[in-house]
Amino acid sequence: MADQNVLELRGITKRYPGIVADDQVDFDLERGEVHALLGENGAGKSTLMNILYGLTRPDEGEILVGGKHMSFSSAKDAIEAGIGMVHQHFMLIPVMTVAENIVLGVEPVRDGVVLDERGAEERVRELSQQFGLSVDPTALVSSITVGQQQRVEILKALYRGAQILILDEPTAVLTPQEAGELFAIVRSLKEDGKSIIFISHKLNEVLEIADRITVLRRGKRIDTVPQKGATEEGLARMMVGRDVLLRVDKTPASPTDVALEVKGLNVVDERDLEKVRDVSFTVRTGEIVAIAGVDGNGQTELVEAITGLRPIESGTVAVGGNVLQGHVTPRTMIDAGVGHIPEDRHRRGLVLEFNLAENLALHDYDRPPDSKRGLLFPKALARRAARLIKEFDVRGGGPLTLARALSGGNQQKVVVAREVARNPVVLIAAQPTRGLDVGAIEYVHRRLVAERDEGHAILLVSLELDEVLSLADRILVMYEGRIVGEHAAGAGEEEIGLEMLGGRKQAVA
Amino acid sequence: MSQIEPTANVPPEQEPSTDFVVRLGAAQRAGGLIVPVLTAVLAFLAGGIVVAATGHNPWTAYKGIWEGAGFNWLFHIPWDTNTIHLSAFNLSQTLLTATTLILVGIAVAFPFRCGLFNIGGQGQYLVGLIVANWVGVSFASWPTLPHVLLGIGAATVAGAVWAGIAGFLKATTGAHEVISTIMLNWIAIWGGQYLFGQGGPLQNTYNPAAPESGTIAQSARIPVFWGNPVLQGLDYGFFVAIVALVLFWFILNRTTLGYEVRAVGFNPDAAAYGGINVRRKYIQAMAISGAFAGLAGALDMLGYLFQFGVLDVQASQIGFLGIAVALLGRNTAIGTGIAAFLFGGLLYGTTRGLNPNVFDPSLAGNLTSMIQGLIVLFVGADILILYVWNARRKLRPGRRGEAVVT
Repeated sequence: MADQNVLELRGITKRYPGIVADDQVDFDLERGEVHALLGENGAGKSTLMNILYGLTRPDEGEILVGGKHMSFSSAKDAIEAGIGMVHQHFMLIPVMTVAENIVLGVEPVRDGVVLDERGAEERVRELSQQFGLSVDPTALVSSITVGQQQRVEILKALYRGAQILILDEPTAVLTPQEAGELFAIVRSLKEDGKSIIFISHKLNEVLEIADRITVLRRGKRIDTVPQKGATEEGLARMMVGRDVLLRVDKTPASPTDVALEVKGLNVVDERDLEKVRDVSFTVRTGEIVAIAGVDGNGQTELVEAITGLRPIESGTVAVGGNVLQGHVTPRTMIDAGVGHIPEDRHRRGLVLEFNLAENLALHDYDRPPDSKRGLLFPKALARRAARLIKEFDVRGGGPLTLARALSGGNQQKVVVAREVARNPVVLIAAQPTRGLDVGAIEYVHRRLVAERDEGHAILLVSLELDEVLSLADRILVMYEGRIVGEHAAGAGEEEIGLEMLGGRKQAVA
Repeated sequence: MSQIEPTANVPPEQEPSTDFVVRLGAAQRAGGLIVPVLTAVLAFLAGGIVVAATGHNPWTAYKGIWEGAGFNWLFHIPWDTNTIHLSAFNLSQTLLTATTLILVGIAVAFPFRCGLFNIGGQGQYLVGLIVANWVGVSFASWPTLPHVLLGIGAATVAGAVWAGIAGFLKATTGAHEVISTIMLNWIAIWGGQYLFGQGGPLQNTYNPAAPESGTIAQSARIPVFWGNPVLQGLDYGFFVAIVALVLFWFILNRTTLGYEVRAVGFNPDAAAYGGINVRRKYIQAMAISGAFAGLAGALDMLGYLFQFGVLDVQASQIGFLGIAVALLGRNTAIGTGIAAFLFGGLLYGTTRGLNPNVFDPSLAGNLTSMIQGLIVLFVGADILILYVWNARRKLRPGRRGEAVVT
């Protein structure tokens, strides 16, 4: 068994001031296997892989590749040892072609100096055929999809002779279909004898793709288990250190009055492209309505229009029975009672350089008790913050802590606290668990259901079908800017999935 | 999603922000006082090396500047009447320069907190100066207090309008404020040359050959409280500048406007999401900034200049120094104040205040520009300084690790 190991990490320890990122972590990789590295944000997965890829030096421990001791001082050393890494954020040059990106730094040359463009393209084509990674070598990187860019990154590693591939949260940026295609690629790489380290915090995909699974928690290796016999519940317990409710416990909804009514809504984007087309729906008090769909089908624009962040071309939005007309701004919608958990908490949800007190006052700073006649009362802000931090169990800081210093899960709790505490008529939650780990996801889900039970209307927009299915009382499917289907809770995953890909439309046409 | 550790102690490598303002914010937090002080010290050290290279003694040169700025007055021996007289005069001149620098510094620092770079301080200063001159020459029959207040008020409003144009263009058309404020500078410079020039509407009436403004009435002059009024003593405008510093801090930290300005400066998207009218903040921040610069022009005109010529318009540079003051002061009230005193001392101490026996005045002027330039350079590079600072910390455990692994 041991001589099959292409890679072995022994007792890796890495300390940062005030934190031990990795504590005596052991890890091994067999030839032709997919070994998943599972853990919450901050569990030490990325640090471990950065050490393996030569980006960071360990304080203690040894790295063995093919049984030989290694000491990497840069990524170049790791590449030479046959290790390739596909980062979460791609490192490609958009204005260059696929082939140029792949050969960058190790270009084949003609006559000693000239870049052999043809040769490069030929070599890339060979590689992509060998592993079933279809991508046009002559296309500009800026013109291909995210999924294809990821393939370019994989090809880049293979071109450099990688035998061991590290995929860092590879599905985070992909649509469900693209993720499926990626899994097929991973399997074909495996058959070809490549070994793959698959980093993730998503339980279902780890169970789908991995042969073995190593779980990290707070820098320590908890266990390594074979895929056979592993369950989502068991892995979640190892990750979080306690039992986690993966399915949300909830009673059937008892909706009452209409809280949000959208009628014949049309919205265009910056380039005047139609993004939302003739969308009508209602959300009632006491129910969670979810909008399912693949990213980029108009969900973002729909939410922005309802929250006043984007002008409406035609159609109406009514909150609590009042149609909002005239010049609608975010302020109008906030005052009308729309709460909004935005899809990107770093871009919109928080001012990272503001402290928690200031962030929690973002909608109310201009009215008593926060301020009077233009004068701001920081103590009033701090008082509210202290109360909400306690009520919503925000950890890692107090009212005067900068938002930047909190973990992703706690940052999201701050956003949720601010929006929920205003007691909105309708709460719009756009991808509220994006980038969160299992424990934080559980918290947000429970909170949304609790808000529903307390008599709020909730509109959930999510790219995760699992999330939609487990939370929603009614499901709307959005495809190319239109609502293409409506389902009651408990509808089949298959049917919704098909509609998300425009399946029904094709059937009709 | 970038990974964020669950403790407040984020490892340095996990701060991958590339946005300039965010990085500057991080630098301000992490560096605290160390970096700006280090910046100034480095600039003076580098200046000293150049002085030494010219064959002078850097220590004597800096001592000469220190005394030229009158800072030795602060430590004078009460019975040493000889130095008191000169150093007191020098210090009053330093403070007079600092008065202007505080205000033009705020004019850069305030919009910066809103994410705007106001390079138009010079133009706004000139507009304030011109309007104050016009008010000062006219209304000669008024009593002192209302006349001075009218001059200050009109110049402040003029500065606000001048900068407000750039804010308005930014808000409505997206025109970048750096470009529009530079253009407005030139309009102010050429406008001033026309107004004060021969045949210009604001040219003096007593000497048609001189391209100069009229001299403001006695009633429009701000009274002097330290030194001889005839020899350009220190006027009450100094206290106005100190009050402006407090006001700057107060607006930023204790008003809803300041909250909005900071929110827009840190993250305009989040500010808009929060319900703040971002465009309106751009106009307001620029107008307030211009008001401070216009006030600077008024205090100079009514405090000690009393009249201004076409050549003065061409030569004036003090508004641009506001950028260096704000940068070194890191856009805070206290920092801007300290930086203004430093630059005020440097500016006066290397020019008129410097003893010609200590250092050749023609060289000294260049030394001023050099130290200013170095400070701006080092301030611009403070992110680099901070990076080196952090890298040093980052390397330490790495070295230890090397010893274990190999």
